[in-house]
Amino acid sequence: MSISEDIIIKASGVTKVYQLGAEAVHALRGISLEVRRGEYLSILGPSGSGKSTFFNMVGGLDRPTEGNVVVDGYCLQELNQKQLAWVRCHKMGYIFQSFNLIQTMTALENVSIPRIFAGETPAQAREAAAEILTVVGLGHRLTHLPSQVSGGQQQRIAIARALVNRPSIILADEPTGNLDLRTGEEIINLLGEMKEKFGITVITATHDMKMLSASDTVVWIKDGRADRVARKGEFEVSIGTIDGKTLA
Amino acid sequence: MTQTPAAASPPIIPEQRHVTWAVTLQVSWAGIKRRFFRSLITMSGVVLAIAFLTYMQVMNDIVKSLILANDVVLNAMLQKAGVDIYAADSSDRMMILLIILSLMACLVGIINSMLMSVTERIKEIGTLKCLGALDGFIIRSYFIESSLQGVAGTVLGCILGLIVALAAATSNYHGYVMKCFPWLSATGSLVISLLIGTLLSVVAAILPAYLAAKKQPVDAMRVEE
Repeated sequence: MSISEDIIIKASGVTKVYQLGAEAVHALRGISLEVRRGEYLSILGPSGSGKSTFFNMVGGLDRPTEGNVVVDGYCLQELNQKQLAWVRCHKMGYIFQSFNLIQTMTALENVSIPRIFAGETPAQAREAAAEILTVVGLGHRLTHLPSQVSGGQQQRIAIARALVNRPSIILADEPTGNLDLRTGEEIINLLGEMKEKFGITVITATHDMKMLSASDTVVWIKDGRADRVARKGEFEVSIGTIDGKTLA
Repeated sequence: MTQTPAAASPPIIPEQRHVTWAVTLQVSWAGIKRRFFRSLITMSGVVLAIAFLTYMQVMNDIVKSLILANDVVLNAMLQKAGVDIYAADSSDRMMILLIILSLMACLVGIINSMLMSVTERIKEIGTLKCLGALDGFIIRSYFIESSLQGVAGTVLGCILGLIVALAAATSNYHGYVMKCFPWLSATGSLVISLLIGTLLSVVAAILPAYLAAKKQPVDAMRVEE
């Protein structure tokens, strides 16, 4: 019991088959994976490897053809639409490569949305939003629109939005993909800090080297299978290659 | 450490609750406000169609009441303006057809611009769903946006139509218009225009709102072309 409670995500034999005309495309060929609570996990793989598909399964954004994903005790396949929406709202925080902020809303309004979906009044939600925006270092940008701040600051707003409902898991899809080197590094550090501060599990899909060195576990996905899983210390991070593997 | 549950039964998962209309309005208001210019263009179709409808109705009301006045000078004016003062009903079939056509063009116009805004906002809708939005929230916010635009456009259209009808009638029949202005039937015509305009914009929102709500959370991951 005590061991199973430490596992926050358990994927068992996850497969995904897309029907493309007469042809069946096997995006995932059976991935099983366990993620420990409070872990920083990076999913790695070239485009077309099934990395994104697997990432979406774990995030409850897509349903597997076979197998199941249990997140924080909830078997995602058994949930109806409204329960799934509840899990997304309360248990998960999403961070996107292109930030995905609502362009017509201020930083404060953007960050307050998940709170409003959780049932708070807009006034209560804004209070919580202001607090978390201050934590990510944007206390002075509350009334700015996304277009009025830098890319790094936009991603900070997105991180605040992902954190505002105190989720158990943060799912970050290439969070540094649209940022320059230095800003990317700041965002990775911020994610690491938030992970420690709130005890959140962080899962990223990435091919950013800086991200790997911050990870506790790295999973390589290749041809729809988990090719290799390495814990911290089991992989060496060097420029251009990881543990002898060149990145595609 | 101490939170180990006594029974190992699976947790009961709550269902996400709906956001009320009032809160949905508050959330969508930012977008409506900041997309105001765009809304004006969408609205202009409604304004023109409803103005035309109002103009035709009010003009008809005025002419009817002038015929009823049965004044010699006035009858001469009416005949000069091409009104058949002996006809029982002065409404023209051709005009009714024109009104219907303009209303239909207006309906298609609203649907088209709302559909475009759904396509533009696929990513935004996907993101909202990732954050916990239910289909109902998306539907409600599209309804609110479309009906607010529709109602605003309808009110403007009514005012415009009324002004044009008054101006046109006064230029033909001078002081007689105000002397025997058909307050009751003109008010009725305005109410009809308001109802039709509002109904039109609500009906126009159905398809776009439904299509928007059917977008999936995974659409948030979409890469912009």
